[in-house]
Amino acid sequence: MSELRANLIKTDGGESRLSMNDEWIIVRLPAVQEEVKKQAGKVVQFKLTNAESATAAQTADTQVPAGKVLLPLSVWLARKAEFSARVAAGEIGVWLETHELVETLFESQPDLNVFPVIGVYIERFPDGRAYSTASLLRTRFGFHNELRAFGDVLRDQLFFLNRCGFSAFEVRADRSAEEALASFKDFSEPYQAAVVVDQPLWRRHARV
Amino acid sequence: MYKYDEYDTRIVRERVAQYRDQTLRYLAGELSDDEFRPLRLQNGLYIQRLAPMLRVAIPYGLLGSNQLRKLAHIAREYDHDYAHFSTRQNLQYNWPELPRVPDILEELASVEMHAIQTSGNCIRNITTDQFAGVAPDEVVDPRPLAEILRQWSTFHPEFALLPRKFKIAVSGTTNDRAVVQMHDIGMEFYRGSDNALLIKVWVGGGLGRTPILGEVINDALPWQHALTYCEAILRTYNRWGRRDNSYKARIKILVKALGIEEFRRQVDAEWAHHKDGANTLTQAELARVAKHFDAPAYESLDAGDAGFDEKLANDKAFANWVKRCVHAHKVPGYRAVTLSLKPTGIAPGDATSDQMDIVANFADQYSFSEIRVSHEQNLILADVKLGDLYALWQTARAAGLATPNIGLITDIICCPGGDFCSLANAKSIPIAEAIQRQFDDLDYQHDIGEMEINISGCMNACGHHHVGHIGVLGVDKDGSEWYQVSIGGKQGNDASLGSVIGPSFAADEVAGVVQRLIDVYVESRTLEERFIDTVRRLGVAPFKARVYADRQPGKREVANV
Repeated sequence: MSELRANLIKTDGGESRLSMNDEWIIVRLPAVQEEVKKQAGKVVQFKLTNAESATAAQTADTQVPAGKVLLPLSVWLARKAEFSARVAAGEIGVWLETHELVETLFESQPDLNVFPVIGVYIERFPDGRAYSTASLLRTRFGFHNELRAFGDVLRDQLFFLNRCGFSAFEVRADRSAEEALASFKDFSEPYQAAVVVDQPLWRRHARV
Repeated sequence: MYKYDEYDTRIVRERVAQYRDQTLRYLAGELSDDEFRPLRLQNGLYIQRLAPMLRVAIPYGLLGSNQLRKLAHIAREYDHDYAHFSTRQNLQYNWPELPRVPDILEELASVEMHAIQTSGNCIRNITTDQFAGVAPDEVVDPRPLAEILRQWSTFHPEFALLPRKFKIAVSGTTNDRAVVQMHDIGMEFYRGSDNALLIKVWVGGGLGRTPILGEVINDALPWQHALTYCEAILRTYNRWGRRDNSYKARIKILVKALGIEEFRRQVDAEWAHHKDGANTLTQAELARVAKHFDAPAYESLDAGDAGFDEKLANDKAFANWVKRCVHAHKVPGYRAVTLSLKPTGIAPGDATSDQMDIVANFADQYSFSEIRVSHEQNLILADVKLGDLYALWQTARAAGLATPNIGLITDIICCPGGDFCSLANAKSIPIAEAIQRQFDDLDYQHDIGEMEINISGCMNACGHHHVGHIGVLGVDKDGSEWYQVSIGGKQGNDASLGSVIGPSFAADEVAGVVQRLIDVYVESRTLEERFIDTVRRLGVAPFKARVYADRQPGKREVANV
């Protein structure tokens, strides 16, 4: 079963374009009633880094369809043995929640390039942890396949997400990915080294 | 000073275009308030009580005369003919119209200025000593590394959305004037035994609702690693800093929670991967940036000037001004001059468009066309000839810029407070004015001597009240404005946080309370002892006893907040 996503952008060698024939299905945990946490009268919006993501019952109850699937990290960790043939067939990817650690995935699977896609769910766009997750995947854990951001992915963060190593962007459904394409060209010559453009300006050009 | 090359120009131009597009999309309803908020904040635009407020970056407090004229022009054309110099060496406009902000940015870009990252949860303007490059006690000019840090932090993709704001200050003197211990990262540059340039790095300092002085995380970082080491600190913070509670999201809370030993261990483990990476600095790059800060064409002058000596001896008003507003300089025959933005009755740090133009003219005529902004919210001409001081003083006095109160009780650090800021619990400007009026007699001010009063309108502490010799904090009690008073705070190498003396006061009581504190000091001081020294020697008790002597618990005018 393939799902047509008109809102997916992929970058390749500095070019960004809409991707119309995406085969990957993002598998989600079954919903549970979660207690709403409050502090100083405000709803707590951000989970602490490395906080518990799912219960054993949730990971066990998660339905995984046939075809190319992106599994929640918690499902992958709890049930990886059952997916070995599908990993070999290139049908399995994993996605991390914003607060989950890339190190946890790496410990379970030292060669991350068995996954054609790794996803990072951006629960709320002002949470910049995904930027470090992406940078680490690219520079420390050697991941060179597709790195996809999905969730609260908006045009005005795409330039930064891309520079941190994301190569696919599922723009939030109520926004136009086509219009968002322009943002990849917001800045032509960044100052500092990052994942994309990996040398600082002063090493790339002779400056006065 | 630093001059933009084609790349700097391009980045700032591209930023203007990006922000113009974002503003248009917001006005067209394509961006929600929540989506636009971080975008406008990273461009220094707050939505305030009466109008938006725009904060313009003045990197490490350095301005050219053409830039100051442009700031004056913007105040005239887009605002109410004045602007406010802030405690982080920036400039704030209190009345810009949101749709016109892109035009203001265009004006700024034309003089190599911007409002990038002057607010929001990102790396803010890098601040330093206002006497950088001219101070006799300077070991290393901090400005080249400040500029290198500015470029590195500008639109750093990984650190664009941190848990909370992040402030870096740098200093190159043994006698710290950049309050490095009060910053998320503080750096002191110094020379090691073999003359190598090293950096002492503090982390986790900050004021706000949980005031903490920074702790030393590395006492001898070779300068080449300044950026990669910052990246290791920032990545550790970006991943592990709390985002569930904005009051606990600053790096100081993470450092306290882990302890400095464990935090250092994590940073060092992270740094092992960054060290010697692409952002490692080279001597050639440092030299390239440093030549922008080469000393101006100083004349070869005698150490003294007969005309100056004569005026000093015969004009008491001039002598008073020299005593407070003129500072030592490393080059013979030159002095640095502070132009006070603290005359009684004017909000501390405010300057009119005309005053900004006048200061720009002073800079052209007397000081190599450069101006500095201090975190004490005054303007500095760093390179004035001794023989020019008298003429400068006469015109500065006529323009209301020569109040001889630098470092005295009326040189108050003060945030905009409840008159403008939507975060404030209480007004701060009228409190400053009441204190200035209480101590308006100049001879009395000089007799009281070195004194720093810092006033914040809320616990965000923009007025740095924790490190004031006397600190005043506006608090809200059942919807009315009260003021908590602390004593014993200090900035500098021997920095300390003040202690609250007791229950809060109503607005009209604060100046009287300060008077009683001063009375205790004047009666108790030993020869040569400053207010802060007396407080440190005697403790809070005698001051508290005097202030509360005629107050009974439960009396109306004392609020228990």
